[in-house]
Amino acid sequence: MSSVAEKEEYNYDIVKFCVIVGIMMGVLGTFVGTWIASELAFPFLNFDIAEISFGRLRPVHTNVVIFGFGGFLLYGGGFYMVQHATHARVRFEKVAWAAVALWLIGCLCVVATLPFGMTQAKEYHEAEWWIDLILAASWVCMTISFLATIAARKMSHIYVGLWFFMTMLFMVTYIFVFNGLCIPVDFTFSYSAYAGIHDAMTQWWWGHNAVGFFLTAGFIGIMYYFVPKHANRPIYSYRLSVLHFWSLTFLYVWVGAHHLHYTAIPDWTLSLGAGMSVALIFPSWGGMINGMMTMSGAWDKIRTDPVMRFMVVALAFYGMSTFEGPLMGTKSVNALSHYTDWTVGHVHSGALGWNAMIAIGAMYHMITRMWNTEMWSSKLVNAHFWIHLTGAIFYITAMWGSGVLQGLMWRAFDEYGNLVYTFADSVAAMHPFYALRATGGFLVFTGLSIMLFNTLKTISAVKAGTNVTLTAEAKA
Amino acid sequence: MSEYKKGGGMIRGIPHDTIEKSLPILATFVAILVAVGGIVEVVPAYYLEDAEPEVEGVRPYTPLELEGYAIFRREGCFLCHSQMIRPFRDEKERFGHFSLAVESKFDHNYQWGSKRTGPDLARLGGKYTDAWQIQHLRHPRSVVPESVMPNYFFLEERTLNTSLTKKRMEVLAMMNVPYSADDIANWEADLKAQAGVDDGDGEDDLRARYERKTWEHDGQVIQWTDSFEPTPINVRAFDGDASDITEMDALIAYLQMLGTSVHFEEGVDYYHDKFGQPYRD
Repeated sequence: MSSVAEKEEYNYDIVKFCVIVGIMMGVLGTFVGTWIASELAFPFLNFDIAEISFGRLRPVHTNVVIFGFGGFLLYGGGFYMVQHATHARVRFEKVAWAAVALWLIGCLCVVATLPFGMTQAKEYHEAEWWIDLILAASWVCMTISFLATIAARKMSHIYVGLWFFMTMLFMVTYIFVFNGLCIPVDFTFSYSAYAGIHDAMTQWWWGHNAVGFFLTAGFIGIMYYFVPKHANRPIYSYRLSVLHFWSLTFLYVWVGAHHLHYTAIPDWTLSLGAGMSVALIFPSWGGMINGMMTMSGAWDKIRTDPVMRFMVVALAFYGMSTFEGPLMGTKSVNALSHYTDWTVGHVHSGALGWNAMIAIGAMYHMITRMWNTEMWSSKLVNAHFWIHLTGAIFYITAMWGSGVLQGLMWRAFDEYGNLVYTFADSVAAMHPFYALRATGGFLVFTGLSIMLFNTLKTISAVKAGTNVTLTAEAKA
Repeated sequence: MSEYKKGGGMIRGIPHDTIEKSLPILATFVAILVAVGGIVEVVPAYYLEDAEPEVEGVRPYTPLELEGYAIFRREGCFLCHSQMIRPFRDEKERFGHFSLAVESKFDHNYQWGSKRTGPDLARLGGKYTDAWQIQHLRHPRSVVPESVMPNYFFLEERTLNTSLTKKRMEVLAMMNVPYSADDIANWEADLKAQAGVDDGDGEDDLRARYERKTWEHDGQVIQWTDSFEPTPINVRAFDGDASDITEMDALIAYLQMLGTSVHFEEGVDYYHDKFGQPYRD
């Protein structure tokens, strides 16, 4: 699509930086995740140190994997995609670098403050107000540079991957700003601008749309570039992409209320959230089908190419978790699943299955193209795939088992109308599942560590000139 | 991907080609479309009176409880303990009456949580003794062998840092929490009185302030009926030691008041109000 001469005009330095930092964040985030998962299975691992206790470390895990690993994939993949899909070098490069630098500073501040209990106590938005300002400044810089690059495109049409990315840029700005509104008491503490039911609604408007836009629209945008590019096939259906783009853009926003089923929120809001959650399967599957069908004529690649396999399995997990999501968004299923590990399992089938695997696939793709090299070891890429997939399946099945078991134990009554189990019984029943989950997490961490090792080896081989350059066919 | 781009044009009468070719048009549509759902679902709750029906008894936290709330947040307790009981039979049996919207109306931010690795705490107040709470926080497995909760014995060793208490109350008073100037001015006396470290001198003043029946904020007055007796404030050395105020004092003061403000009455339907019926007629 673009000649080598054109490619050399692209700014790859910024993408390279993001990809390497992103992999490191993935290793760190999954390490912390494995640690806290182990704490739940074996509580002595809290070691009576407040800073590493579960309650303090859990937000470190979520923030590092979402905003560190996921964030740097979006920044790196976004800058890579926007240049390739517009044939224009990234505009306002200093602003773009500022975006990346501020994002890294923000992520490091999160890691440095949360273990000390400085938290806004809003899930997935824990960073205190001044870190929010750093992250917001980064986001604005990213948006400016990204939109300016689209404006400088060398073709008339804006590519579909960029539409999704743009949706993410706008929506994340809205939800981050409004959910983050607070009055600071000092640098370590602030009170949310909202209280009670209003805070709950605002929080889950943020919470679900951080998933819906940061982890879905943004990642779908990434998928729309990297899957057809890696498969070397055109997108399956133009009309389907238009349809599911506008429906996803409109529908996702409504479904956050399903996190609050049967709470003190007005029923009409929850019913609306439930109905929209069911409807959301259509735009979600539109994206999944469009990605999957793009493989038509290139299915043989999953036999030989582990990177292609990462992308295809990511789409399969996306289809599965967006089927599970509407199911859990209905009131009667939610009555059982809410407050249980089923939710945790659902999130991780999206996060480990869809987000991580499409991110890893896109990262391997970018590394080989940017450094114009094969990976140092393709066997390790293959090993990474199987280790990651095994880990993800261990994790998800463990949480399905524990979640459904918890839900059923809590609501079990005996023939005399008494509760069958104490709450403590249900906690004890979780132990084997928690141990299995920690094992799954450890495998995912191992896989990402292998990826980091393989990437660093690849880069040093390029520097030493001992690498194998890509074939012309692969570069096309 | 070149085949793909040729696919543009009219889709069911919509000139999608035009949208795809113009960054301003595409950006404007996206910016508007993503905002709709949030506006429809979040905003009306501020204007619909039946979204958060008033029930007598819900008061702001005392200074000591407010510090306890801050510790609850700091330690991330809400990540494993919800404070939102749903209207199901098993939850009623296990945790008590389902939670009302009004019960968290002074919580900036709300502490409903999303996960029950441990039990719900919305009605924990008065369920266990202080001695049980202390032992459980020190070493949870010494009283609940199945527990996976971390040990929090350090709370007992740390003197409560009250440097922010006054500021916290001032910030909350800027929003919708009806702390009066008098409440804020006397924060320290009230805090000491509740933890039992002032020889009982300040107890009456503390009770006068936080067991009052008129709460005024920004010209809005909440007046409870004369016959309503507000839940008495817990006043004692919560950690069993009246010589100082520790983080354990503050956290247990907070835990022991959770869910105790509303006095639920037999025969009153607290649920169907969601559909616009008043709690009582």
